Parts: sequence; C-alpha cells; structure tokens
Amino acid sequence: MSENGNGNGNSAERKLCIICSKGTLDMAYPGLVLANAALMEGIDVTMFFTFWGLDIINKKKMKHLRATPLGNPSMGMPNILGVLPGVTAMASSMMQKTIEKLDFPPVDEYLEMIHDAGGKLYSCRMAMDMMHLEKDDLFDEVDDVIGAMEFMEMSEGAQVLFI
Amino acid sequence: MTVQAIAGLNLEVDAEGFLTNPDDWNRDVAQAIAAELGIELTDRHWDVIEFVRKDFSETGTVPTLRRITKVGGVPTKEIYKLFPKGPAKKVAKIAGLSKPTGCI
Repeated sequence: MSENGNGNGNSAERKLCIICSKGTLDMAYPGLVLANAALMEGIDVTMFFTFWGLDIINKKKMKHLRATPLGNPSMGMPNILGVLPGVTAMASSMMQKTIEKLDFPPVDEYLEMIHDAGGKLYSCRMAMDMMHLEKDDLFDEVDDVIGAMEFMEMSEGAQVLFI
Repeated sequence: MTVQAIAGLNLEVDAEGFLTNPDDWNRDVAQAIAAELGIELTDRHWDVIEFVRKDFSETGTVPTLRRITKVGGVPTKEIYKLFPKGPAKKVAKIAGLSKPTGCI
C-alpha cells in the first residue's frame, strides 16, 4: 500500500508552490488544475503570479484570456493563419468552449475555489510595477503582493513548479 | 483484493481501503471508516455523504467536489472544513465508493 494518496491524509506535510508566468488560456489552466488537484489531495498550495501570469489574476483580463496558434505547432493550424485578424479570437473561443464542456470552471471561479480550499495566491511586486498594476486591479481573493525574496521564504521545503 | 472487518462486517476493499462494492455500504460502515480517518460525522457530513451516494446511484460516477458544491449545495470552504486534508478521497471513502479519478 502506498504511504501517500490513500485518503488517510498522510500527505499533510507535502507542500507545492506553483509559479504562473504566462497569461494565455492554455498556460493558465495547467496551474489552476494542478493547484486545485493538490488541494483535493490535502497538499498545501501556494500560487505565485508573475509577468504575463498576472493576467490570470487581473480583474480586467482574467475572463478574457486567449490562446493563439502563432508559434504553437500543436494547435494543428498553419502558423501563417495566426497572423490573420480574428484567428486568435476564434482559437480562444474554441478552447474556452471545450473547457466548459469538460465542466472545468472559468478562471475566476477556479481561483475562488482554490482560495476557498485554503490555497494561497500571491502576485509579484516587480511585475506589477512593470505593468503599472495596483492591488486593486487584482482579483479580490489574492492574498498579498510579495517580492521574490519573500517567495523564496515561502517556498522553503516545497516542490516548485514553473509554468 | 483484501477483506477487512469494518463495523462488524467482513468487506472487500481495494489496496487503499476503498470498498469495492458500493452495496456493502451502510451508515455504520460510514461511521467506522470516518472514525479511522479521524472524522466524527455530524449532520452536515451526512448531507454530503447522502448527496454523493444519491448522485452516484443516478449517474454511476463518483461526483467531483465541484459537483458537490454546485449541485449538492455545500460550499468549497465547508467541504474542506468537514473533510480536511484531502476531501475528495475522504468523502468517496466514507461514502463507500471507489477512489475518484477526475481532475476537478
């Protein structure tokens, strides 16, 4: 029998930090899915949003994250099409619909779920300064704005994922 | 497959202690499994367990935590309070269902 993951709460000590540095739809969801899955497993979760990842917690942008076929051969669309007007919007809406169909919540609801489950949400001070963002621009559930050194303190002993 | 004595019954469980046959379940079994997980069942726990059992009998799949929240009406915060540290598996285990496999 495995020591962890048997529903007995043995993973109480495990800690996961996820750094979200990208703001496209296809890069936002992996972090959200993994953070929530970890919480469901009883793992302590901290999410740190930096650079373009700030879009995920930016009130104005979080509901309109987009996916682009440009530079992404996996999308199965000739790259040249990606430069045409409307293609990014179309690809984004297709992906958004698939996400809904699979019964995955939209970004804001996902973050709320993670927050309610005890996950901690932090934004990067330097990236916010670069993008002229204030705490008020961020999703209300964001716990705090912190610097890289504070993140280092928080992530001591944790498994760290950079997305 | 192993047999484990739970609440005076010899029940078949998988390697992680989840009942293999949901029909073996009864309220005493739930109490016994919960006690083993360190949870004392209150009315609110029973609301969750009963919803999960009912939903499983209707859909044939173990409901996700999101479904327990959305359809069952128990907020995320409360689920984590009732079944701390790994609610998805704890709920399924106490409700006598198999280990949940979803991502949400």
